Amino acid sequence: MSGTAVERPGETVAARTPLLALEGFSKSFGPVEALKDVDFTVHEGEVVGLVGDNGAGKSTLIKAIAGVQPADRGVAYFKGERVELSSPQAATSLGIATVYQDLALCENLDVVANLFLGKEATGNGLPVLEETEMERKARELLASLGVTTIRSVRTLVENLSGGQRQAVAIARSLLGEPQLVILDEPTAALGVVQTRQILELIERLRDRGHGVIVVSHNLADIFRVADRITVLRLGRVAGNFHVERTSREEIVSAITGAEFGERPTEEQEL
Amino acid sequence: MSTRDATVPEAPVRERFSLGVSLRRVARGELASVRVLLGIAVIWTIFQIANDRFLSAVNLSNLTLQIAAVATISIGVVLVLLLGEIDLSVGAVSGLAASVMAVLSVKHGLAPELAIVAGLLVGTLIGLFNGFMVTTFGIPSFVVTLAGLLGWQGAQLAVLGDTGSINLPPSTITDLTGTFFDPVVGWILGLAAIAAYAASALRARMKRVRAGLEAEPLVTVIVRIALVAGGIVAAVAILNADRGVPLAAVIVVTLMVLFTFITERTRYGRHIFAVGGNEEAARRAGIRIKRIKLSVFALASTLAAAGGILAASRLLSVNQQSGSGDVLLLAIAGPVIAGTSLFGGRGFVWSALLGALVIGSISNGMDLLGLASDVKFMITGAVLLIAVTVDAATRLRREATR
Repeated sequence: MSGTAVERPGETVAARTPLLALEGFSKSFGPVEALKDVDFTVHEGEVVGLVGDNGAGKSTLIKAIAGVQPADRGVAYFKGERVELSSPQAATSLGIATVYQDLALCENLDVVANLFLGKEATGNGLPVLEETEMERKARELLASLGVTTIRSVRTLVENLSGGQRQAVAIARSLLGEPQLVILDEPTAALGVVQTRQILELIERLRDRGHGVIVVSHNLADIFRVADRITVLRLGRVAGNFHVERTSREEIVSAITGAEFGERPTEEQEL
Repeated sequence: MSTRDATVPEAPVRERFSLGVSLRRVARGELASVRVLLGIAVIWTIFQIANDRFLSAVNLSNLTLQIAAVATISIGVVLVLLLGEIDLSVGAVSGLAASVMAVLSVKHGLAPELAIVAGLLVGTLIGLFNGFMVTTFGIPSFVVTLAGLLGWQGAQLAVLGDTGSINLPPSTITDLTGTFFDPVVGWILGLAAIAAYAASALRARMKRVRAGLEAEPLVTVIVRIALVAGGIVAAVAILNADRGVPLAAVIVVTLMVLFTFITERTRYGRHIFAVGGNEEAARRAGIRIKRIKLSVFALASTLAAAGGILAASRLLSVNQQSGSGDVLLLAIAGPVIAGTSLFGGRGFVWSALLGALVIGSISNGMDLLGLASDVKFMITGAVLLIAVTVDAATRLRREATR
């Protein structure tokens, strides 16, 4: 933990109230301390990259934010107000949406059905589906996100590529009008073109004013899309960095705990 | 949402109808039923060549009555298969429900209508029990219903008691399959069905056009309506040439339409598909999985009971063998042959009728040719195996292209 690497959020950003601020988040699994006194912030219209080695606590942290595995200790503020992230419902009702790596899509259903799964539009008080309304909204939503690769929203998800599926999963998370979107490894297992499309989609989320947390192993992707990078190491925050004011070497050394300037063999894919 | 979207510069979504996509959709969905219809045409041609009485009005009318019971049971099987579960007790439940109905009506003098309701309720209760065991204890439905297969057969023996066999005197129960409509009524029913189908198809298309969504070309819709109309007219004409349109056929078709509506057009049906496709995704989407499973098992056993009652009605009796033998196998094989997957999330209610028609035609044709049981069993078994292999092969291909 090189002290020089730790940098508080910049002056201009710090002036605003963060969308989400965590203070002293800790979580133990038996004797294992997965998170230890983690402070973390995201602002509106900001993309924060959350990086770290395997077991550094990335998943534990996003699960704590999403309310799936609430933290043991720590205080959370959403738009400056003290909140409890005690359950997935609590997080969702605050406006926190999470897209997990497995995407949780039904491959046997089409894009429209997946987008509206569990919140289908029905008409006249009857549980009869309003397909045309859902299809129209689905097209509007995808168009507003600039997702042009899905030609028909009636395509079954099993016929979509990995990038298209990721786009559907992200679009679905936006239906609840969330303010904070958490993306778990959104570019893992995607090709070059699809990765670029998903990164553009993330930029569009930022432009729409969402706060975005991107968990990724891929530093190249993080550097392309994030405004700020938070590094976790062994359950602690190893540093906060502004993308313009840091280098890949600095991030890598924070991740590995190596002295700054010591060059690890693998730079990008840790 | 629309107000905000208006301010966002939109990339235009392709408005054009994509031939590739639609072809692929046909290949996955509708081709399944087209494939079965072709299969039925081949089977009918072969049997007609072998015996020219096969396509006679009398025999086709008999075929209709023969498949009514299994087709009804198969609707419930389709629902359970869509969930990715299985119900091996449908045969035993159909026999037990029919036995309860017969005993209450004949031995205890209960009104036939009430006896029918009691039989259906037996099915519902058993289904709730199955669903409870599956959802509460997490026991695979395969095991729960396998135990039921044996247990409910035992219950049937107990209900029938020493008599063993109960004959059904003419009543509402026997009327279920013994009623044939006057030719005029048959035509009115047929034309009403055509009108309803045409209205629903045209209305659905109009709604899409009005919403500015890509819609099927009007010609395709009209061709589809014409095909359905042709089928209905042919069926009514053939049935009228014999004894008339049977009430049993009207019951079965009504059930098909009702459950097609439930599975394809309601939120409940959408959730059945979701649970069968990806249970974890459905759970995270807030779908109450236990409730869905419980209700589907209840529906499946109720439909099995209904099928058992129709079978008793046609055979004019209930005995210790009712619902046993190949009833279970045929009720599950039918939908699978017609394109409902054993692996969950893929299928359609009409596959219950189409599958019953395939199996029923083969069985009826072999009876007409006077084939012995040994040959019949082997041929039916082979058809079943081929159908399931096609299903498994489709699944493998789907997973390979992932």
